[in-house]
Amino acid sequence: MTSTQERPADAVESEIGKSRRRKEDQRLITGRTRWTDNIQLTGMLHLAMVRSPYAHARITAIDTSEAKTAPNVVTVLTGADVSDDQGTLITAWPITTDQKSPAHPPMAVDRVAFAGEVVAVVAARSAAEARDAAELVDVDYEELPAALDLKQAAEADADHGVLAHPDLGTNKAAFWQLDSAAQGSGGSVDEAIATARADGIVIEREYRQQRLIPAFMEPRSVVVDPTGEQITVWSATQIPHIVRFALAATTGVPESKIRVIAPDVGGGFGGKLQITPEEWIAFCVARRLGRPVKHTETRSESLMAGHHGRDQWQKLTLAATKEGRVTALKVDLLADMGAYAALVGTGVPVLGAWMFNSIYKFDAYQFNLTPVYTNKTWVDAYRGAGRPEATYAIERLMEELAAEVGKDPLEVRALSWIKHEEFPFTTVAGMTYDSGNYEAATAKAKEMFGYDELRAEQKRRRESNDPVQLGIGVSTFTEMCGLAPSRILGQLNYAAGGWDHADIRMLATGKVEVVTGTSPHGQGHETAWSQIVADRLGVPFEDVEVLHGDTQVSYHGMDTYGSRSLVVGAEAVVRAADKVIEKAKPFAAHLLEASVDDLEFTGGRFTVRGTDKDLGIQDVALAAFTGHNLPDGAEPSIDASASFDPENFSFPHGTHLCAVEIDTETGGVKMRKYVCVDDVGTIVNPMIVEGQVHGGLVQGIAQALFEEAVHDESGTLVSASFVDYLVPTAADLISFETGHTTSPSTYTKLGTKGVGEAGTIASTPAVVNAIVDAIRHFGVNDVQMPCTPARIWKAIHDQGGGGGEPTPGDAMPHFDEQDVADRTAGADDGGAR
Amino acid sequence: MTKIEVTVDGERYADDVEPRMLLVHYLRERLGKTGTVVGCDTSNCGACTIHVDGKSVKSCNMLAVQADGHEVTTVEGLATDGELHPVQKAFHECHALQCGYCTPGMIMQSIDLLNDNPNPSEEEIRLGLEGNLCRCTGYHNIVKAVQAAATSGGAR
Repeated sequence: MTSTQERPADAVESEIGKSRRRKEDQRLITGRTRWTDNIQLTGMLHLAMVRSPYAHARITAIDTSEAKTAPNVVTVLTGADVSDDQGTLITAWPITTDQKSPAHPPMAVDRVAFAGEVVAVVAARSAAEARDAAELVDVDYEELPAALDLKQAAEADADHGVLAHPDLGTNKAAFWQLDSAAQGSGGSVDEAIATARADGIVIEREYRQQRLIPAFMEPRSVVVDPTGEQITVWSATQIPHIVRFALAATTGVPESKIRVIAPDVGGGFGGKLQITPEEWIAFCVARRLGRPVKHTETRSESLMAGHHGRDQWQKLTLAATKEGRVTALKVDLLADMGAYAALVGTGVPVLGAWMFNSIYKFDAYQFNLTPVYTNKTWVDAYRGAGRPEATYAIERLMEELAAEVGKDPLEVRALSWIKHEEFPFTTVAGMTYDSGNYEAATAKAKEMFGYDELRAEQKRRRESNDPVQLGIGVSTFTEMCGLAPSRILGQLNYAAGGWDHADIRMLATGKVEVVTGTSPHGQGHETAWSQIVADRLGVPFEDVEVLHGDTQVSYHGMDTYGSRSLVVGAEAVVRAADKVIEKAKPFAAHLLEASVDDLEFTGGRFTVRGTDKDLGIQDVALAAFTGHNLPDGAEPSIDASASFDPENFSFPHGTHLCAVEIDTETGGVKMRKYVCVDDVGTIVNPMIVEGQVHGGLVQGIAQALFEEAVHDESGTLVSASFVDYLVPTAADLISFETGHTTSPSTYTKLGTKGVGEAGTIASTPAVVNAIVDAIRHFGVNDVQMPCTPARIWKAIHDQGGGGGEPTPGDAMPHFDEQDVADRTAGADDGGAR
Repeated sequence: MTKIEVTVDGERYADDVEPRMLLVHYLRERLGKTGTVVGCDTSNCGACTIHVDGKSVKSCNMLAVQADGHEVTTVEGLATDGELHPVQKAFHECHALQCGYCTPGMIMQSIDLLNDNPNPSEEEIRLGLEGNLCRCTGYHNIVKAVQAAATSGGAR
């Protein structure tokens, strides 16, 4: 059973729960930041990449002679030049032991598999000269047919259709299934669906998860300095530890000779959870030349060659009773991997396997995944990674089910969701949710939203045939965070563990250095970790310094992604702090001339029970430093380290409610209100949590309304700048109303569940459900994302809706009706149905 | 090479620059003013926003030679005698930044906005910041920060 918690009044003094303003801000608001591109080293050369304009082609010749003679060019190298020492890019997560993964040299040697792949690199004394010379590299290509359509690619084989990598003989990377009957966590999905067909409800839908681009604001940049004993790599990455491991594993350079530093990193959202060709190429060129090199990508390069996210077709069959209780769900996924198996690319959709059932109790469930290669930019994690796709599907289906049975969508969800007294609960997918309270979050969200009043307004607008219709969208979601228990990762064929590590160093002056194996890029770890350590050790917040993102300082770590830092990384910090206290205790007892058993530790001080004698932990640190008066044989240190491997995932959840107004004459969407109540377990810093929710919401809203990576018929990314890839602006959005309920995680001392991805996972279906809800009475039951005005208008008017006779002439007075219909159809790729 | 004289954050500089050099590259590479950053190639993101003669300009959209004889202020020149500008303070206080990459441009644009309109509505703030992209905050707290700075006299 889970009940939500309010913090007791006497907890006010605790650092946990305080909206501490961030330590990180001072340098960021004054421009004293260390971005990778700021680094200038003596003698440093700048790299420019020569990239393929073709989606699929054989490289027949590369002439670098003119480029080599350009001003201040030091060298020009092709893939063939460095094929022996450039290393290789690897996937850490082949989802099956027989997964087909094409070889992925950082620089293409004889064939390119997507437009944007690097074929040569220029090193010159300035970035501008390197780019000028890159234009002079003359590459001859023999263009090959490109596999670009996901569904067609899935059908192709050696004899029919187009293969992204002909030598693989197929475009399918693998087949992965989770079946509740086979694994014993539920019944047979086919039987349950057959039963529903005979006496119940079956809803079949096909949803498109369009291709997105992470679009972090800081373009990726890498500096490699091969001078000195270790090769130092600065990179705008989320994963310095994984980069170091992979460089060592694939280039033959000993791991101990490589130091990777992620300095200030300007956002990631999964987009910097990658080992990149550019890092490997810079590493190779620097080693060859013995000189420092830098490569900073342009925005167009970033959008074109940095990995993309999502890109799935989802075939779904939901079975329910006539009353609307869900009995089964069958999922058939095609997931576009793009040209290569990225670091965790094929694993991303697998993370959805446990999430399509979401907060609901099904009798039977089956998840079938086929990752497919195409000649497009590779696909990997983007905020939410596998879980937004799953949440979108089930929350859209729950809305369809509610419409089918004619009930309120919240009521229909309550028929199937796990009740709070049923926790811990093992789902039909086999995952055990430890805590949650969907009733409490939903009740709070409904109240904040004014749900009943908005429903009443919706009814009025419908009845009066208002050209502006109101829609209300619901999303009750959960996610699995805190990636991840190493044992489970091993079972899933993942190449590494999911633990994390922390060190606490008690300095002689009373300052405390906390080293974390997580690697923040905007999340505020320096502040939150300081609060946690200040709380645990009773030292001032200001006395705590948090160090991260440098493998020479933080020698163990698994970095930051998957809402894991606070759940796994900070838990290691807590455990290290507890070890510090345990190590300090005998020193304090010795100095206070008391028995260890008589000591208590509160508020940073050891006190002797029944006396007024006490000693601060920072004084003990000084005593350990001098070593003058310690217990016999004691090691003169109270520093401590801890590694933490979670035994389960954490399961944040929440209820999101969105109201949109649709102008049925133009298809325009105006967001009216957005309310969310998230349960992310214990909250360390409410201000930071709110910020994570706001940013997450907007990335999810952007998927619903604005963003799509679009390739043309030859495989060129046409949304390759911020002119065409529509990252929303302030003017496109509204302010949000956020609330919380709290049911702490039961697996950790802190009780946190993670918040980085919650908003993104929840908001996309809330928005699309609102849009469909606004125009369902026209006969519309889906609008494909992004829900552009053209698609919405077409959805309404294809059904003969739009308030009687369509009046596009009024909405777009410059065109006659036929023109508008043609233009709308042309602008649309058949998404609205 | 073309000779330019420019005042940046209160200091005078005289330099020979390539005519094609963008102002943002001059600031970053020649003067070490790395607080101003580059986020795109199409003048959409606004991360490089600075002030030229007190008005906001995207410094990727201006050549260094065009700054000849003008006065440039970057995010590094806002604080005076260690005292942060009210908009900088408001960004900190309202948690209007996460990764901080858009922040220098966002702060410079917010100041320009408040100079033009000392008491903007939420809608006016949102429209005024339309040329600056942020991927982390969802703009919610940025809007709040500009509102907070307005009430504390952010324009100056």
